Amino acid sequence: MKKVRIIAVAAACACALPVIAAAGCNRADETVVLRVSNWEEYIDLGDWGEDELIELADGTEVFGENSVVDDFTEWFNSQDYGFDVRVEYSTFGTNEDLYNQLNLGDVYDLVCPSDYMIMKLLAQDKIQPFSAAFMDESDPENYYINGVSDYIDGADGSIFDQYGWNGIAACYMWGTTGFVFNPELVDDEAADVSACNILINPDYYKSVTVKDNVRDAYFAALSILYEDELNAINTDEGMTDAEKEEARSALLNSTDEETIERAEDILKDIKENVYSFETDSGKTDMVTGKVIANYQWSGDAVYILDQADEEDTELWYSVPEEGTNLWFDGWVMLKDGIAGDERKQTAAEAFVNFLSRPDIAVRNMYYIGYASSIAAEEVFNYFDWCYGAVTDEESEDYYEFENIYVYDVSYFFGEDSYIYIDMDNVDVTGARLTDDYADDDYVAGYPVYSGGTISRGRQVFGQYPTEDVIARSVVMLDFGDDLATINQMWINVRCLDIVDIDVTTVIVVAVIIVAIAAAIVLYRFRYAIFYNRRNNATG
Amino acid sequence: MTKTLKLRFNRKHLCIPYAAFLILFVICPLLVVIYYAFTNGTGSFTFDNLVNFFTNTNTLGTLLYSIAIAVVTTVVCLVIAYPVAYILARSKFKRKYVLLMLFVLPMWINFTLRITALKEILSAIETNLSLYPFLNTVIGMTYDFLPFMILPLYTSLSKLDKSLTEAAEDLGANGFTVFMRVILPLSVPGIISGVTMVLLPSMTNYVVLDMLYNSTYIMGSLIGSYFAAYDWHGGSMISLILLIIIFIITLVSNRFNDDETSGRTIL
Repeated sequence: MKKVRIIAVAAACACALPVIAAAGCNRADETVVLRVSNWEEYIDLGDWGEDELIELADGTEVFGENSVVDDFTEWFNSQDYGFDVRVEYSTFGTNEDLYNQLNLGDVYDLVCPSDYMIMKLLAQDKIQPFSAAFMDESDPENYYINGVSDYIDGADGSIFDQYGWNGIAACYMWGTTGFVFNPELVDDEAADVSACNILINPDYYKSVTVKDNVRDAYFAALSILYEDELNAINTDEGMTDAEKEEARSALLNSTDEETIERAEDILKDIKENVYSFETDSGKTDMVTGKVIANYQWSGDAVYILDQADEEDTELWYSVPEEGTNLWFDGWVMLKDGIAGDERKQTAAEAFVNFLSRPDIAVRNMYYIGYASSIAAEEVFNYFDWCYGAVTDEESEDYYEFENIYVYDVSYFFGEDSYIYIDMDNVDVTGARLTDDYADDDYVAGYPVYSGGTISRGRQVFGQYPTEDVIARSVVMLDFGDDLATINQMWINVRCLDIVDIDVTTVIVVAVIIVAIAAAIVLYRFRYAIFYNRRNNATG
Repeated sequence: MTKTLKLRFNRKHLCIPYAAFLILFVICPLLVVIYYAFTNGTGSFTFDNLVNFFTNTNTLGTLLYSIAIAVVTTVVCLVIAYPVAYILARSKFKRKYVLLMLFVLPMWINFTLRITALKEILSAIETNLSLYPFLNTVIGMTYDFLPFMILPLYTSLSKLDKSLTEAAEDLGANGFTVFMRVILPLSVPGIISGVTMVLLPSMTNYVVLDMLYNSTYIMGSLIGSYFAAYDWHGGSMISLILLIIIFIITLVSNRFNDDETSGRTIL
């Protein structure tokens, strides 16, 4: 009897299955699932405290109540697209993790890898270009193409234009790499933290950390290796800017065998000299004062500086004199995921556009500390709101300071984009007193400086570097076919080479092992030994 | 009808879930590892990965370094744990279970949390943690694995028949001889299982190294780095080599155990 009942139940289940499946299909018709993969902690998750409301100079208020992803879903579904969207949001820890996931068969529609990974995916023909409608500047609703800085994308000669990523990737965040340091613990700021050299400087033995990541470490090693050449290029007056850029890029992107070998030696020295290769501990170790300096990405640097301020520790950010790694993270659609589905592509493009909406860009910047690629007025106002000097004595943010410095970010936000900052927040050489801004009531009564070059500063400098820093920066390209060699080099650096074990250690260990073995043997055969001796003695 | 149903449910069937689990998550992945270990990027059979491992002084150095860490950790654990287990097993203290509990208690907390706490203590003592990476690693590993050494030792020592030691004393053996000739040989099974439980995991537990700022790879991190660099073949080969080493150690320790049960002494 039981069997019959089981069969009946099974049959009922079997009958119900297609019904359930059909129901699922029907719903899928109305809802498009957008699979997004982004870096960890790289988007505003909302839930801000009430005191965190951002009130910009033009009266715009920005506040993150819900996560950006939820806000997007709500916004999209309220629009007249003819279908609903549901976002499956996941995160990855490194570009390599993402790449591995894609190779293992995970399918995403929209991902946010870094510059070199975009190159790699592009070379493997995995990227679905953005549609012409997305890149259409005449549509004011196209926040990305209208909002993105001409310096990064969308204009002739922009960085994305130079590398052929225009229309392929939509830049999300960007920045430089440099050193977060504690000025109180550094002897000579100008000489010590202004070069990657600090990583092998014995004065800072076991007190500087560097990222545990082959690309950043390799870049730092090449910066040390070619320090003199790079400085020569930077000061060479006979070369044009384009020639300089090319020469710099050639040096810092070189992957020939000899360079890799020399980099390996430098990295081994770095390993001996630094506190550690860190993945995430660098942030807290800076704040708690375990380390003096930390090689870091600019956005994380801003975050660390903010955290340290809350603990009443003043940290600074420095960009190496010889050059810095200019990096970009960009949204790309994947062919495997989109698979020719127009609605999916619409949803993916809408997602990127939504992230590029100025208020959303500000929210993300506030939440994660990195600099958005969007150069809209709201973003500039946010930058001013964060770091601009407060001259109004009535304001609660007011504090006394002496000099005003005109911090120019025109290269990014367009002509005449500058903010007034407290000059103590940057270490500037060659600034001159100017009365160009005398008409501006905002700075009336303060000495105003402008010009010069900055190589160290506080958050303001980490968020948007000055143009001269950008001028000596290099975009690090994909290693291409040399990747395996460089990876093996990195593994060799991290491993203990038998050849490197010093003789005393070998001798000490050998002596210990022999002693233990001898003791065991002696104990085991003690009767035989003692018996023989006694016999000999009596005999 | 019910009778036939009952007969079919043999007690052996209770291990089906385990067998399924084993096949799905141990046997199959193992076969995949073996496949990758002996193939190259194009999928053809090769011994290159094996040759690469044994010709690269860096990977061999890593193997040596892992063994050194594991052996030192095991010895330190044994030296600390044996007296504790012995005293606990021997004491007439009524609440010794509470004491035992105190030693085992840390096991209930996730080890990364424990290492984080240890990190702060060590930084307070040493001021700069990165100066003594090897020492810190051994301390971290000991901290992590000590309960795994105490428990088996305690079990085997508490099972030890007291009349045996009394008999030895009656026959004129002094304390040292009693320990060397009676207690130590009888506790060898406990030592073996304690050593296995500490030695093998400490060869690959690279999280402790990472958290205590030891930037040198051990076997665990080496395998991880190969996989992160898309080199599945090299990574699989190292995993396989490690598995074989573990297999050999287990085999040897089992032999010791058999010797013990058949009544022969080790020392």
